[in-house]
Amino acid sequence: MIHFARLYDTLDTSASTTASVDALVDYFQKASQSDSAWTIAFLIGRTPRQVISSRLLREWAAEEAAIPIWLFEESYQAVGDLAETVALLLPPPESRNLVDRPLSGWLENHLQVMAKMPEDQKKQALMQAWRSMTVAERFIWNKLLTGELRMKVSQKIVTQALNRLTGLDPSILAHRLLGEWVPTPFFFERLTHLESRETDLKQVYPFHSADILEDPVETLASPSNWSAEWKWDGIRSQLIHRNHQIHLWSNGDELITERFPEFQAVSEFLPEGTVIDGEILPWDFKSDQPMAFAELQKRIERKTITKKLLAEIPVLIMAYDLLEFQDIDIRHLPLIDRRAKLDSILQYQKGSRPIRFSQRLNFNSWADLGSLQSACRSQMAQGLMLKQIHSPYQVGGIRKAWRKWKVPPMTIDCVMTMAQPGSIGGQQATVYSDYTLAVWDKPGGSLVTVAKACTGLTDAEIKKIDAFVKKNTTERFGPVRAVKPVIVMRIEFDSIQHSPRHKSGIAIRSPRIIRICDDKSPEQAGTLSLLQQLPGIHSQNTILHQNQTSID
Amino acid sequence: MQPILQRTDKGFYCPPGDFYIDPYKPVDRAIITHAHADHARSGHRHYLTAADGFALLKHRMLASAQITPLPYAQSTNYHGVRISLHPAGHVLGSAQVRIEHKGQIAVITGDYKVEPDQTCAPFEPLNCHLIVSESTFALPIYQWQPQSILFDQINRWWATNQDQGLASVLMAYSLGKAQRLLAGIDPTIGPIYCHSAIEPINQIYRDSGIDLPQTLRATDPQRARSLVLAPPSALASPWMSRFRPFSTAFASGWMAVRSKRNRPSVDTGFVLSDHADWNGLISSIKASGAQEVWLTHGYSTALARYLREIGLDAKSVDTRFRDESSSAGHDPAGNPPDSIIPELKPAGEQ
Repeated sequence: MIHFARLYDTLDTSASTTASVDALVDYFQKASQSDSAWTIAFLIGRTPRQVISSRLLREWAAEEAAIPIWLFEESYQAVGDLAETVALLLPPPESRNLVDRPLSGWLENHLQVMAKMPEDQKKQALMQAWRSMTVAERFIWNKLLTGELRMKVSQKIVTQALNRLTGLDPSILAHRLLGEWVPTPFFFERLTHLESRETDLKQVYPFHSADILEDPVETLASPSNWSAEWKWDGIRSQLIHRNHQIHLWSNGDELITERFPEFQAVSEFLPEGTVIDGEILPWDFKSDQPMAFAELQKRIERKTITKKLLAEIPVLIMAYDLLEFQDIDIRHLPLIDRRAKLDSILQYQKGSRPIRFSQRLNFNSWADLGSLQSACRSQMAQGLMLKQIHSPYQVGGIRKAWRKWKVPPMTIDCVMTMAQPGSIGGQQATVYSDYTLAVWDKPGGSLVTVAKACTGLTDAEIKKIDAFVKKNTTERFGPVRAVKPVIVMRIEFDSIQHSPRHKSGIAIRSPRIIRICDDKSPEQAGTLSLLQQLPGIHSQNTILHQNQTSID
Repeated sequence: MQPILQRTDKGFYCPPGDFYIDPYKPVDRAIITHAHADHARSGHRHYLTAADGFALLKHRMLASAQITPLPYAQSTNYHGVRISLHPAGHVLGSAQVRIEHKGQIAVITGDYKVEPDQTCAPFEPLNCHLIVSESTFALPIYQWQPQSILFDQINRWWATNQDQGLASVLMAYSLGKAQRLLAGIDPTIGPIYCHSAIEPINQIYRDSGIDLPQTLRATDPQRARSLVLAPPSALASPWMSRFRPFSTAFASGWMAVRSKRNRPSVDTGFVLSDHADWNGLISSIKASGAQEVWLTHGYSTALARYLREIGLDAKSVDTRFRDESSSAGHDPAGNPPDSIIPELKPAGEQ
């Protein structure tokens, strides 16, 4: 398990894709097939179920370390991770093992056996295991016990590493990782087997991206050469229909078909040999508007896609472009021709219509387009996509044929009410660089938290705030300090939604601090109603019934 | 009756003897436990320090400072208070201050560790009624491994970097930790460079009879396979760039925790501390036989509560010694507080 613990560490700390791929290749070259199979299961997020509750883990660890439970909690405060806290505070191992005991052995002979034991036996087995492990092994073991072993790599990195190991095409590897499988040596052998019945049926096209429009729109010359569509905030994807199968690829090069079962039904009308470029959006069919991007993340992050989740967060694909038609690559055709074909195949769609044609917006002059641009927020769009009507679907190189015209971010002035040591990489843990920011619930009322932010300030500014926090603490809650509410900061953000889970009733997505407003008194900070009235605010996600969609 | 020791806004004070221990504001008589910046400040009229630490303190204070050395275990007397200094095992010349008045004995440990250290006299357990102990690492998550394991790790790291054509930049405090590392690593692996904040202190150690391997000036050309010892503050300085490409590591007790170890500016962490770990603190405090325990800097509140629960009269006292949440005490001689590691891009990237 030491070997695996080292891999975990490298992946956890490595900043670059290359370093992660190198570490994986090195690991697979040395590990047994059983260990490799288990590792792959962890890498793609298939973690064994929790074997022990975090409450029992705390109690038993405190007992084994002979410390009171409050001291365990103090220690946890300092470490910030349960598995690591336990690993560190247990007494040193009884003997040092010179031979690494394999990961698969721990899983198959210990973890899986323990899962079925009654509590008192489980406790004995657990303590026995702890006593034979180093800190590094205990850390991984505790993560396994609590079902929290997550590794920070994308599917792309895994397939790249396996590709280097076997020479197999990443798309084939990605396909072999789908579906039900058990981490056994047999599975790993099949995964890396060179002969393959699969062809390049899932082959995805490189995505055409667009440059951001920085100059005034008038510099694009004649408006008649350009088409405009709303720019949405979703997951850019290619929907592929070949050989009676539907595949979805994200532009992060991940096969995400299983996350969105609702698109399986489109094979009924979509001709064979079709590839559509579009955007997966969480869609509120009642108001016929997109929901906040955060909702879509749930569809990606949740382990299993339940019927409830499908009903709560329905999706559609906003189709922008057609790349393959009747098995033929048509990317060289002019945009208008490709889109005309796209529109025509979508006409055959019946039922809930999970694919929607992204309509071309009407405009005759740049002034017309300007007024459309300012309507983006109320459309829940991020801006406009401008494309030259005769442009081919390009890769790399000159990207001036497609332009993103983004809406400027929303801003609000907030009062800093609390601070805690930085969690962002590189910040020292003892510098107060994460701030809780609040606005007034009504003018002259009280402050309510609306955001937490830690980016945007210079080191000098962070230092200044840090000094302020240390001198103006009014109360401490663990690592968090409440401070005198006097500092005003302006934040900007691209997305905001109503949220009953938050005390303020709203949630702001990825706020960035733009500046410290030294010229403003806290009374001059914004109010909740100001936020609630922003035109781009998403409505709260109530349970929506998506009538005709087949979700099986 | 007058108490033997008091906490004042200038630091710990002995009323019958009219002297201070590691005061933070200028006073007449100061007893200094060791030469680190948060304990040894300039501006006092008169200093008393352990003879082994005399040269270090002199190096750190103004030339005009009046410093009296006192050999370990010998005693002196201020207004009827008997004072003696005893090894604390923290750095060269570090001392616990033992004061005795009318049968009452108090010991102020200063910073200490119980594990042996080739570069200073070993910690001496003392009996007393009142003990004032540091508590920098007073949580059970801090349990040090034997230093032989750490030095093996460091030697292996250095050798591995050599194989990959990287220099090994090891960050450590310039006074104490750097010399302990020098004395403990295997100097046959390759050349060793020391930053200019460290080299003068090496010289003082050598002059005091501590055996340290040969160290080179940065101008010497054999950099590729070298080990570079530097204070954390030097990492972002132009001085470092001559050693590129390199891999960085930080040797500190704080490296026990992943979130502190896994920073972009540091590739590796070695959990090597000059402070006592949880078990070291508990065992020394228990062994002193003291009924009354005052705890300074670090996790003093947790340790105080733990000791109260096992029947000692323990409390946490506020001081200005550096702890995990203060950034005081940064001195230009390159002895920054534990928590400061400046930014640096990873090895190989400019």
